[in-house]
Amino acid sequence: MTFLQINDVHKRYGEHDVLRGVSLDVAKHEVVCLIGASGSGKSTLLRCINALEPIQQGEIRVDGDVVSGQGVDVNRLRRNVGMVFQSYNLFPHMTVLRNVTLAPVKIGGKSTAAAEEQGLALLDRVGMKDKAGAYPDALSGGQQQRVAIVRALASSPQVLLLDEITAALDPELVGDVLAIVRELAQDGLTMLLATHEMGFAREVASQVCFLHQGRILERGTPAQIFEDPQEDRTRQFLSRVLVAGRL
Amino acid sequence: MSAPVTSRTRTAAEVSATPTPPQPVLPTAALALLIGVLCALAAALALRSLHSMLGNPPAAVDAGLVALGAVALLPLVPAGRAFGSARSRSRLLAEGRLAGARHEAASGREHAHTAMGYALAVLLCAALVWFATANDGAISTTFLRWEFLQSSFANVLKAFWINVEVAVGAQVLVLVVGLLVAVMRLLPGRAGRPLRWLAIAYVDTFRAIPSIIVLYLVGFGLKLAQVPLVKDLSPVWLAIIALTLTYSSYVAEVYRAGIESIHPSQWAASRSLGLSYGMTLRTVIVPQAVRRIVPPLLNDFIGLQKDTALIGVMGVTDAFTQARLTASNVFNLTPVIVVAVLFVIITIPQARYVDRLLGKQQSRTGRTT
Ligand SMILES: Nc1ncnc2c1ncn2[C@@H]1O[C@H](COP(=O)(O)OP(=O)(O)OP(=O)(O)O)[C@@H](O)[C@H]1O
Ligand SMILES: [Mg+2]
Repeated sequence: MTFLQINDVHKRYGEHDVLRGVSLDVAKHEVVCLIGASGSGKSTLLRCINALEPIQQGEIRVDGDVVSGQGVDVNRLRRNVGMVFQSYNLFPHMTVLRNVTLAPVKIGGKSTAAAEEQGLALLDRVGMKDKAGAYPDALSGGQQQRVAIVRALASSPQVLLLDEITAALDPELVGDVLAIVRELAQDGLTMLLATHEMGFAREVASQVCFLHQGRILERGTPAQIFEDPQEDRTRQFLSRVLVAGRL
Repeated sequence: MSAPVTSRTRTAAEVSATPTPPQPVLPTAALALLIGVLCALAAALALRSLHSMLGNPPAAVDAGLVALGAVALLPLVPAGRAFGSARSRSRLLAEGRLAGARHEAASGREHAHTAMGYALAVLLCAALVWFATANDGAISTTFLRWEFLQSSFANVLKAFWINVEVAVGAQVLVLVVGLLVAVMRLLPGRAGRPLRWLAIAYVDTFRAIPSIIVLYLVGFGLKLAQVPLVKDLSPVWLAIIALTLTYSSYVAEVYRAGIESIHPSQWAASRSLGLSYGMTLRTVIVPQAVRRIVPPLLNDFIGLQKDTALIGVMGVTDAFTQARLTASNVFNLTPVIVVAVLFVIITIPQARYVDRLLGKQQSRTGRTT
């Protein structure tokens, strides 16, 4: 069953067409990887799905409800759609635990005690329980990103958007974070992730989309995209990535 | 990376072929000594002038003056050290120990510069003492006389409480009003536009008008116009309102700068968690902004405190008005100096408090900034 429906979405910044008719269906429990060159619009697409950016044309539906356009309760939408950013974006003036429990308490209407119990359980899962009282500045990048994932999960979203969550990490920290995403995929969480980690995309994705100049140029299973790409552009992109040693 | 490689490939002959001799120290040392002696002489003159002004001071005061004279000689110590370094430098250079000679030259210059710096400070102090004691002390007695200080202190201090009252009252109101105006100015979208414009108009107007004029207009205008509610307020409250009007416009800008300095990714993170615009502002943005605005806020608060000396124009007898009255009675400015000192005394602890606050923050957040 289609859970996330993206229909002919156009996004412009002034004169600049960033998304030029993107359509994409994501079923429940699917993991969709967005790949493509820098500037192809991956982050923009994710931000549009989370209504952080208005779109000029087209329609985005989550679980059947239209979430794009005027008069939509974006705050309700965002309870169902979690997002993790490349630069973690933790709140520096709050402890790790407070970062995690903020939304469940303020939005989800949970009691502080219940939210903290759940938050600690989630932190434990990613090996960050002993840092619950620390401030984000005292954590490494990998640790911050793990907390950011937990923060997004704490509101029990139906779908998680991950925007190049390992791009800012030292190589030896990437593994920790990817392991968590892999586990979430195995648990059946619906995810849409922009990534430059092709090896990882090949491993976890049920569907891979290649974005080029604001369009989805090619899509398919990892096997189709990585082993038998149909489009020249896709081949070029993948061979460049191969040269860069990312596959 | 390439530097050590090239230096290793240089042969010993090449190195010794172009020796840079250490710079001479003796002229600098001599200059330092000269300046030190001249400044000490100036200090002696100033102290003699002070001594003659005091008439026939008790022995303890004499001893104090002698001690001050000794302090004025202190710059000669590093000057002497500079000469010592100069001698060692020549000796080492003669022995061919270039590195040691360079080291001595550097520390010799350092000593000489220290001597000059201290000597100039002595000179400035001497000039001040001389100025205050010149004309047989006419200047210092105009500004500071013990008996007037005694007689006026209680009155001025009492009146100073009005300044403190007005300052604290206005500061509390300014914190609230300034934030409201800043938030108004940052309201998003088309719906927020009229309020945005109002906020901009307010800030532009009240930042431009001198606070003494606002005080005057509020103090007399509101009464004259028989404005309901306001016309029955005490002058102290009117002063608080006037200063709040002026300073909220500054502080609104301080808040706004603080809020806008928070990276947009913090907005995105908070909104993506489902927090509304207002909630994001309240729980994520403003708490972070407040930490950054404390120093500029203190500046504005000190400005506000100082402007309480202007409330005399609306008929409130504050410390400065009181001091001026007393001063014109006794033809002496001591009471006014008392007010000035009181302002300094209340300002310094605030500055230190903010320093401590910032220090604590830095040690907590560790790596930031
Ligand atoms: N706020 C903005 N204003 C104007 N242009 C923008 C803005 N955000 C993004 N763009 C433009 O949109 C295009 C797509 O950006 P986007 O961040 O989506 O790329 P991306 O595929 O995520 O690239 P990367 O792999 O480098 O993250 C770029 O050309 C960028 O310059
Ligand atoms: Mg991106």
